[in-house]
Amino acid sequence: MAFARSASAAPAAAGARVVVRHSLLVRVCHWVNAVCILVMLMSGLQIFNARPALSWGAATNFRNPFFSMSARESADGAVSGVTTLWGHSFDTTGLFGVSRGPGGDLEERGFPSWATLPADQDLAMGRRWHFFFAWILVVNGLVYVVNLFARRHIRDLLPDRAELRSIPRTAWDHLRLKFPKGDAALRYNVLQKLAYLSVVVALPILVLAGLTMSPAMDAAFPWLLDLFGGRQTARTIHFLLATYLVAFVVVHVTMALVSGVRNNMVAMITGRYRIKEETHDA
Amino acid sequence: MTRDKPLSRRQVLLGTVAGGGALALSGCNLDSRSPGVMSLLDSAETLNRAVQRALLAPRQALAPEYPHADISGYFRPNGSTDPDDPAYVAARNAHFVDWRLEVGGLVDKPLALSLADLRAMPSRTQITRHDCVEGWSCIGQWTGAPLAAVLDTASLKPSARYIAFFCADDLGRDLGEEGLYYETIDLIDAYHPQTILAYEMNGAPLAVEHGAPLRLRVERQLGYKMAKYVMRIEAIESFAALGGGRGGFWEDRGYEWYAGI
Repeated sequence: MAFARSASAAPAAAGARVVVRHSLLVRVCHWVNAVCILVMLMSGLQIFNARPALSWGAATNFRNPFFSMSARESADGAVSGVTTLWGHSFDTTGLFGVSRGPGGDLEERGFPSWATLPADQDLAMGRRWHFFFAWILVVNGLVYVVNLFARRHIRDLLPDRAELRSIPRTAWDHLRLKFPKGDAALRYNVLQKLAYLSVVVALPILVLAGLTMSPAMDAAFPWLLDLFGGRQTARTIHFLLATYLVAFVVVHVTMALVSGVRNNMVAMITGRYRIKEETHDA
Repeated sequence: MTRDKPLSRRQVLLGTVAGGGALALSGCNLDSRSPGVMSLLDSAETLNRAVQRALLAPRQALAPEYPHADISGYFRPNGSTDPDDPAYVAARNAHFVDWRLEVGGLVDKPLALSLADLRAMPSRTQITRHDCVEGWSCIGQWTGAPLAAVLDTASLKPSARYIAFFCADDLGRDLGEEGLYYETIDLIDAYHPQTILAYEMNGAPLAVEHGAPLRLRVERQLGYKMAKYVMRIEAIESFAALGGGRGGFWEDRGYEWYAGI
């Protein structure tokens, strides 16, 4: 089996055994990536707040962005936050458009202060955090991907045809919080494979879309603009992929919590994963 | 494989705890903007500049230019849009007839160029995308004299390393502080073929909100490098003595001197 090959012979409690599930390199990459994603997300929202709107094409559509967060003042002076998507407006006071700043006062800002780095509005600092951690994210990602192919771990992430057919059943099992036991728990199931694979694919596209926003990179590699369909489209794709990563993290953390949080955390920190042997009561 | 030495397991756990502690400590510093954190984060700017310059250098790469049809109907004016400096207002009211661009500093032949002088020089017209650090973009057509031609006429001294642009607008006062707008670029960007002193935008004389009578275009960098209302150009050896010492109005307020990203 590809990623449990260094299973140890450590004695364990009856009915369970311990295997080395994740290599040291994968564990380090995982946690470095986790920190990078958090900093990139929060500093990215800070940068987004400098212009909390999205449009398509090369240049900005100031009049009709398809997505925007703004503040609106009513006749009686009350300020409300408004989020607009394809012409439909929603009152999002307190969350998007208008929210309480670090000092507790209502502020006009896209994402709220608890979601941005730094907390107050400071585009220059947000950019510093973003570009510093971008380098760590990219170098860490390259190390991970080289290892993924060099050690053939990519096979652990690619589902076969039978697995793809089993997606509905696996999804149903997951919804009932019924998780594989025994040897089956050692392999990623098809949903895990697709989810992890999607992150391995999405992150490089996310980085490329980010680089397409750089005027110097556009001069060096004009094909970036053709690939993404213009700077503003690249900015939109960058934002959408970041949103996808947030959704992934929410599901990923939830699954890690409900499928045996202690065992999962120990496995991702020390590498050691405890397998419960299948009981023969069926 | 014998990975089972009890020590290695303890070491990994200790390492994790130590790593988490370090992270928590740096977490306390997240908003403190302490000099240590700032200089660490600044190292990314050095890296960005080195890598982007290395990517751009071999081909003297040009910023993408766009067809006429792509010109933005609305080009957002940013920063100062109507300087109230008395000398500027007087020059503007006289349609800049008596206005002169001063070129000095580390040059052999200091110049005072009128708009007619600049228009008589070879010109370049380019339709380019203007990228603001805030995230928006507009496409416009710019016509102006290549900065390289102006600098060659003035003849740079060998000690010149940067070109500084001094502007008429007191953007600092608008932010409740002091500070005339200024910018600096190095000779790589100063001599780039698309770096021009623009006096026309979209085929008409530059409007006041866009920097009349003259603005800088540095097409491979962000908008804040492209100083508007340029009154004086100086060739300098270092920008440490100017303003806050970081090489520009926004640079003094925390933004990167190299604005290629």
